[in-house]
Amino acid sequence: MNSSYAVPAVALVVVVTVLVGAFGLRISRTTSDFYVASRTVGPRLNAAAISGEYLSAASFLGIAGLVLVQGPDMLWYPVGYTAGYLVLLLFVAAPLRRSGAYTLPDFAEARLASHAVRRLAGAFVVGVGWLYLLPQLQGAGLTLTVLTGAPDSLGGLIVAVVVVATVAAGGMRSITFVQAFQYWLKLTALLVPALFLILAWQSDGAPRRAFEEPATFREQRAVRVDETLDLRLDHLLTVTVTGKVDGHAHDAAKLQLPAGTHHIERGTRLTFAKGTPVPVADRGTNGGMSTSLAASREERPLYATYGLILATFLGTMGLPHVVVRFYTSPHGVAARRTTVAVLGLIGAFYLLPPVYGALGRLYTPELTLTGDADAAVLLLPDRMIGGVGGDLLGALVAGGAFAAFLSTASGLTMAVAGVLTQDVLPSRGVRHFRLGTVLAMAVPLAASVLVGGLPVADAVGLAFAVSASSFCPLLVLGIWWTRLTPPGAAAGMLVGGGSAFVAVAATMAGFPGTGPLHALLAWPALWSVPLGFLTMVLVSLATPGRVPTGTAAILARFHLPEELRAEVKA
Amino acid sequence: MPQDPTERRVVVTGPPRRTRRASGYSRPRTEIDEQTTLGHTYVRSLMRTQLRAPLVFAATPDSHRLEWLILGFCLYAPLVLLALWYVRRAERNERDFVRLVEDR
Repeated sequence: MNSSYAVPAVALVVVVTVLVGAFGLRISRTTSDFYVASRTVGPRLNAAAISGEYLSAASFLGIAGLVLVQGPDMLWYPVGYTAGYLVLLLFVAAPLRRSGAYTLPDFAEARLASHAVRRLAGAFVVGVGWLYLLPQLQGAGLTLTVLTGAPDSLGGLIVAVVVVATVAAGGMRSITFVQAFQYWLKLTALLVPALFLILAWQSDGAPRRAFEEPATFREQRAVRVDETLDLRLDHLLTVTVTGKVDGHAHDAAKLQLPAGTHHIERGTRLTFAKGTPVPVADRGTNGGMSTSLAASREERPLYATYGLILATFLGTMGLPHVVVRFYTSPHGVAARRTTVAVLGLIGAFYLLPPVYGALGRLYTPELTLTGDADAAVLLLPDRMIGGVGGDLLGALVAGGAFAAFLSTASGLTMAVAGVLTQDVLPSRGVRHFRLGTVLAMAVPLAASVLVGGLPVADAVGLAFAVSASSFCPLLVLGIWWTRLTPPGAAAGMLVGGGSAFVAVAATMAGFPGTGPLHALLAWPALWSVPLGFLTMVLVSLATPGRVPTGTAAILARFHLPEELRAEVKA
Repeated sequence: MPQDPTERRVVVTGPPRRTRRASGYSRPRTEIDEQTTLGHTYVRSLMRTQLRAPLVFAATPDSHRLEWLILGFCLYAPLVLLALWYVRRAERNERDFVRLVEDR
């Protein structure tokens, strides 16, 4: 990949981000500006900002890569990410805004009048926020490495510095402008190349093999295997090998590999003839964004698809950086309209990744073997169009990808810093908010340098599963159920969110390698969400004396239209 | 808009809310109940259709093209329309409710 255009494009995105943030800084004056942009962000701007921060690296690069490697089942990811907003709209958008709280812990305390529940919610916000920040930083490193060959941690470092600078300087007001700008940038960066790619595909005779299973090589292609991997074959495969396969060294030898699992050493060159089906690499062989721990089709039963759907449907409402944005709406009605606009914006965006995924299956099928499937979006313009045009389009995509890392990371940093400032640091002034920002970013940055290759799709999936099993019960029951008690809420969050966390952590550590138990643990939402709800309900029913005294008034406040509230005050 | 941090805290968690309880609104409960059923109905119908989809895909052996088409491109517009419909209903609900209370 030619980096002579990509590097200026990434640099431009970074500079414009800082400039737009500085523009926001000029009108960001008060504490309220800092945390919730003085609650004056109209539906259109707010919707663009929410969409801007929501469409992360996982959406921009990851979905196309996942579809490329694992087929159309993975299209449930974007569908779930979008439908999550519908669930959010139906159950929480307007009441959440009307609650008048600044953050999720604020909401918990306002609803349940309990400091302990507030702290617990704060801990979950920080935990989920950090979990979600980690893949953003890693993704940035990966992208910069693919583009320029720079060291792995450099991209993450750049994102961390820019984000801390804009968030600490301008707070929510700045971030709103930055993220709204970045939504349109991301849409352009995927839409324009997609149009050219579709034209190139048409002039290529519009081959339709992309939709066939499995994908096949359209022409003879040599693939260099960068990481040692296990190849699982369903049928006999004829391939020309230079390097080591199953422990035997070969030099440009034509091999007939029988069905079964074959061990390919790193550095091996495989040459596939035209029309050969693309073999599937076994799971866990590399740390790319599209490599899920619950990978291949055979190992991903129908159950896993449902687990994924439930986690994304219900997890969206609890993501700390999404929720905090609803507090910036001027009133509940605006919060609802904002959500509809968000649905439209992200729905429009998600029409594009499947295009890249399908074209990737046609033109870059070898990426499934090299472990760079996430790079499909970055590499396709060069592969299909080539020349200066391909380079320029590739640079546009690279800039968009960086915008994705920056916007999601700044939203998360904002949310985590808000909680740290309010609940951990001694005072709530703007200066401490800035300190909180640095803290919020320092921990995941250190983790990404120290821990390294955590598969991005899994970290994102974990964040969604934990959020769906802890915050979703808290929000839904808190808003709609009068008999919720502080012990019930705390127990539900701990049991639901905690078990989801433990399950995915166990999967990541490699505990039960295969089988039904593996699927249960890798996709915990299907049992952990009901568990969270059930615990919350049962413990609440068992402690009826602990129902907060002001519950009726608080619920009235959540649901009453604003006009009436003004009247009550008067 | 309050700008002093301490004042702001009062808005967030403050006692005014708790004292306002005394004003004794019984109507909001109806509104809440109404909205619950409304929301539930929509979600139930949506989920029923959505949750059947993977089963259909799994049951139809040669459904890949269908899966690409439906999951990739056909679900987003209905989602937005459903949201628009819900918002219109919810806002009308609230307007009616305000009128009801004010007429009292």
